[in-house]
Amino acid sequence: MKNVVIKTDKLTKKFGDFIATDAITFEVYEGEIFGFLGANGAGKTTAMRMLCGLSIPTSGGATIAGFDIYKEAEKIKANIGYMSQKFSLYEDLTVIENIRFFGGVYGLSDKEIKEKSDDLIDLLGLKEESKKLVGSLPLGWKQKLAFSVAIIHDPKIVFLDEPTGGVDPVTRRQFWDLIYEASNRGITIFVTTHYMDEAEYCNRISMMVDGEMKALDTPTNLKKTYNAASMDEVFFELARGAKRQAD
Amino acid sequence: MKQFFTFVKKEFYHVFRDRKTLLMLFGLPIAQIMLFGFALTNEIKDSKIMVVDYANDSASKEIIQKLAASDQFELQKSLMSHREIEAAFKQGIVNLAVVFPANFNSDLLSQNSAQIQVIADASDPNKANSLTNYVNNIVRDYQQERVNESQLPYQIQAEIRMLYNPELKGATNFVPGVMALVLVLVCVLMTSISIVREKENGTMEILLVSPFNPFLVIISKAVPYFVLSLINLTVILLLSIFLMEMPFEGSLLLFYAESSLLIIAALSLGLLISNSTDSQQTAMLLALMGMMIPTMLFTGFMFPIENMPVPLRIISNVVPSKWYYIIVKSIMIKGLGFSAIWKETLVLVGMTAFFLFVSFKKFKIRLA
Repeated sequence: MKNVVIKTDKLTKKFGDFIATDAITFEVYEGEIFGFLGANGAGKTTAMRMLCGLSIPTSGGATIAGFDIYKEAEKIKANIGYMSQKFSLYEDLTVIENIRFFGGVYGLSDKEIKEKSDDLIDLLGLKEESKKLVGSLPLGWKQKLAFSVAIIHDPKIVFLDEPTGGVDPVTRRQFWDLIYEASNRGITIFVTTHYMDEAEYCNRISMMVDGEMKALDTPTNLKKTYNAASMDEVFFELARGAKRQAD
Repeated sequence: MKQFFTFVKKEFYHVFRDRKTLLMLFGLPIAQIMLFGFALTNEIKDSKIMVVDYANDSASKEIIQKLAASDQFELQKSLMSHREIEAAFKQGIVNLAVVFPANFNSDLLSQNSAQIQVIADASDPNKANSLTNYVNNIVRDYQQERVNESQLPYQIQAEIRMLYNPELKGATNFVPGVMALVLVLVCVLMTSISIVREKENGTMEILLVSPFNPFLVIISKAVPYFVLSLINLTVILLLSIFLMEMPFEGSLLLFYAESSLLIIAALSLGLLISNSTDSQQTAMLLALMGMMIPTMLFTGFMFPIENMPVPLRIISNVVPSKWYYIIVKSIMIKGLGFSAIWKETLVLVGMTAFFLFVSFKKFKIRLA
């Protein structure tokens, strides 16, 4: 029996006449890596923002880690981590200051912060750089650091919004090692991406087209269903019907 | 509470890492005090004048001597003819000419009255006005001396006293103004920019997703700028007292309390601006156009509000620094207590409460 950590029910977001997310219903299980795919403008970021409490749905509902997104937003916040499209650490703070700051924001004790930051710096191999300003690090390292900071409080679920944008393939691979490592610790990963090779790393993936969820299955099953050799072909098959222009 | 201090600490890092801005924050008030104090003073010193002395008697000579000896004037030329005056004005050699008619002294003795002609270059009317006033004062001084000598029974004398500022120093006017300007600038500009910066960098999203209370985000952002403003204020105060020889008659405590009030008003205005834009440039432009210029124009330290047309006078009432300016002048120069400024304080409290209410109401906890 799999535990459900994210459950949505006809979750919808409209901006005027424009339906960004159209009644999507799905479940995400504990500990899985859930890929949230779609072309630009398909409604991925909007959906993710609703799940994180950054945006209020127009209609429909969802529970995150067992908490209702309308009534228990504060409890949800304590149980999730979030990494946005933009690189979002403070560039004018050092590595260690960033770690301490976000640890503090998530209410960790001094002792926990100390342990966590030592572990993190070890894991990322940033010992030499720990007192350098984050702004001086290469993008790949920044992204890895941002991910590690997003799960510093051991959340139940972490939401990653195109975390590997603009990063080279080697660093992307290393980034996914971090994701696997977090997943092994029992953290559920909810990740949006453009890269179809990354889609293959996910346990299950969903496809958003024009605000609707067109498919949801394991990569193997999806390839079978659409009689495709790669995820690229699956994506192409599904996205072909899209009416919206990429933004 | 611990989260709050973590946040405040981080804000101080931002402030101290940004050396250029820090330098500007502290350099600006010092530069302004120096500028207003020494360069842009409205006292007039060493104005070039000339005299045409047809009388050439003891009275005229004595007055000329007094004119030449005063700080305000520098005797450029003594001419023998009226006609040269216009040429001297046209060449810009002098700003003022004094003409003594023939028989000046004998007129004074026989008729008990005599006339002199004072000609000023009124292309700068304010300056011309001040200069003729200076001449008047000197002539009156001289009359006074003669009256004492001759012991005439009934003499009417005009006595002019300059209250609070007997030396007519410009500093009393602009120091409170610079205080208001600096507080508004630092608080409005810096808070709005620092909040908008978080939006631009995407860190605001992260903070909003975290369990950290969004209102604490705002309050902890305000803390460093509140502290910086108080330090800035103290620097200006010390400079003006020890360098400009400004008086400080009233209560220091009251002064800081009233200043804190203006700071809070300005901080909430900064917050309001940061709510309405997502780019640092727009925030800066809004803060500069929306706050700096009205503060300069309508506070009263550059242009007297009483001389403005009615619509502008009405507008000036919504500028918080105008009220602060009145308050600070009353405390510093007149040494008045709270009972004298409670009305202005009430206006400022009302404005602050209003800005705070609106900006907290408008603050977006969510992105869309």
